[in-house]
Amino acid sequence: MTDIAASAPQTDLRETVVANFRRRRLLSFAAPAVVMVYFVYIFFSFDIMGLVNRIRLDNAAILASDFWSYKTHVTRDNRNGEVEVAIEGENKGTYAAGDLPEWVTIENGVTVIDLGEGHVVTYDDAGARYVIPNYGTVNIIREGRDFTLDAPQPLPDWISASDTRVNVTTDQGRFAYTRARADTYRYQPGWELWFFTLDSPFSRKSFGELVGLALWEPRIDPDRSNFGYMLNEFWTNKMWQHNVIAWAIGETMLMAFIGTFLAAIISLPLAFLAASNFTPFAPVRFAIRRVFDFVRGVDALIFTILLTRAFGPGPMTGALAILITEIGSFGKMFSETLENIDEKQVEGLRSTGANSLQRARFGVLPQIMPVVLSQVLYYFEGNVRSATIIGAIVGGGIGLMLTQAISTQKDWEEVAYYMTLIILMVIAMDSLSAWLRRKLIKGDAGGH
Amino acid sequence: MADASLSAPSASLATTRTRYLEEVRRKRMYSGVLLAIFTLLMVMAFGVAEARNAGGFWEGLSLLGQFPSEVISEAWERRANIPAYFLSFVPSLIETLNIAAVSTLLGALLAVVFALLSTRGLARWPALAGVFRRITDTFRAVPEIVIALILIYILGGGPVPAMIAIAIHTAGALGKLFAEVAENADLKPVEGLTSVGASWGQKMWLGIIPQVAPDWLGYTLLRFEINVRASAILGFVGEGGIGHDLKIALQWGSGRYDEVVSIFLLLFITIVAIDQLSSHYRNRLVKGH
Repeated sequence: MTDIAASAPQTDLRETVVANFRRRRLLSFAAPAVVMVYFVYIFFSFDIMGLVNRIRLDNAAILASDFWSYKTHVTRDNRNGEVEVAIEGENKGTYAAGDLPEWVTIENGVTVIDLGEGHVVTYDDAGARYVIPNYGTVNIIREGRDFTLDAPQPLPDWISASDTRVNVTTDQGRFAYTRARADTYRYQPGWELWFFTLDSPFSRKSFGELVGLALWEPRIDPDRSNFGYMLNEFWTNKMWQHNVIAWAIGETMLMAFIGTFLAAIISLPLAFLAASNFTPFAPVRFAIRRVFDFVRGVDALIFTILLTRAFGPGPMTGALAILITEIGSFGKMFSETLENIDEKQVEGLRSTGANSLQRARFGVLPQIMPVVLSQVLYYFEGNVRSATIIGAIVGGGIGLMLTQAISTQKDWEEVAYYMTLIILMVIAMDSLSAWLRRKLIKGDAGGH
Repeated sequence: MADASLSAPSASLATTRTRYLEEVRRKRMYSGVLLAIFTLLMVMAFGVAEARNAGGFWEGLSLLGQFPSEVISEAWERRANIPAYFLSFVPSLIETLNIAAVSTLLGALLAVVFALLSTRGLARWPALAGVFRRITDTFRAVPEIVIALILIYILGGGPVPAMIAIAIHTAGALGKLFAEVAENADLKPVEGLTSVGASWGQKMWLGIIPQVAPDWLGYTLLRFEINVRASAILGFVGEGGIGHDLKIALQWGSGRYDEVVSIFLLLFITIVAIDQLSSHYRNRLVKGH
């Protein structure tokens, strides 16, 4: 009797366990298999094979070298023989005629550019020559308006030549010749003119000279001190535009700050209306909750577009876009927090005859404040990141500058600079918010 | 004797009370000062944002309804086209969802590696745990748009740049959350496995993963919701997916607002559906079936 009674549930248990195991084993093989199949589908759907052909490694090389180096253009206008030496080919980076870098010499209409390691480029009226060690001389001979190329055959793949254009790319630099002009680019490490552009009186001075100028040398501009002049020249640097960038970063943080904190202020009272223990009237609760759901469902992207039409480009638009989206998330989160509070404190206050506002202030807020603040700060750091993207859409902040710099596909060192600044900004805000969260939560925990 | 023992507590009670009140007053003062600073900052920030915006806040507020009503009225006139547009935008919607799904999967896989390598007590190379944590932080800090735009330049258009960009950010964000879960995992199974000579991979696979899998899956689903939105936005700024279609339709301006409305609706329905599904499954994971 007892035997049968005991064994029946045992086999039952055994069977369920075995079945459970079998199911799990199946699952542990099936799940990776499904993922693998999905990856195979994606491999074809995203055309990864085609991507391998489309990939522009030359672009990647330009990008990588621009990130840590700058180039100086030495350009000869073939129609009038004028030669210009300019950093990044920009006006503000043009060397004065009598003050060329030491690797360029111009004498009697002959320009000699020493690219280092024995690479020498010469421009003159007869054409241009590029001496490349272990290869020979790329000789371009002008005949009237046309030119011919004379170089050791066969041409290696780093030289491309047609009737109208010759391109030579070596480790030392790049050389390009067309009817209209001859160009040589020399790459050097660093971000040049980061402090002062060439048209500034402080350009190309050593650190010691600058200290001297700032402290005891006579004034360059009699109207202001050298140090103030220097700061101003740095701040308004025309190539790197430090003032513009500082404003852009400020705008980005402004968007995140206003958007996040104003959203928190607005959604806290709304959350009381959506919490079942504070709003017994179900239709109000239902309506407010659907508003939160709707706002979260309509993506930040859509709000951003709608708001840009009404408010125009700028940080206010971005701030409002973040604000509206976050009202949805905060409203939901806060109302859930409110539903989970300890009712005892509220009851205690009610027994002393406190009205509902007083109950909320002294019974509820102290309980939820640490959670709410830490959530808001956590969202703030996320929104600093989002503000970069939203800025790119609404047209404000560092996001806009980044997309503009990338879309010109010219000044990659600026892109590198903006990227560095964005990452530093995000990391700084992360640490600030983490520090504040630790402070606030600890402070509040000790306080009540 | 009795006198002394009675008066001493009452005296200490009085001092305790004054101290308590003083403490309360000080705390209130701190809170008040903090609140004042915060209010001042907010007002200033609002002023600056207002000054640097192209349109003002109050004029904008009155214009707020204008664009939507223009769009909706035009779309309403041509409402017959909308179902056809729905169908025509499904492929790009699927692309957007695929970008989100693949990047969530890849990011989560990478995050598992980061989390296990950077958690104290579990790390394969404990000396390098800090290094892996820094790498996770950096991955999290890089905004998706930065990577996406650069990869578009190198890889050309298509969904892959957005996918890689979101995957990198996902790896960082999930890596941190996964590590927090793994830190609280029970180490007894690992000790047991160590005693029978299991390798590091076996210890993680058999001792840690079964404990943390529900939480990790929950976070991954939540991330998927976020990534669907990110993928739509990246399409708008960069290339690929339904975001790109939306940009093109909007650039056209009036005349194609029926398309705009179709995309808005499609996006809204998808996001709500995915949120609902994911929260359903997350609830199941938390309750353990």
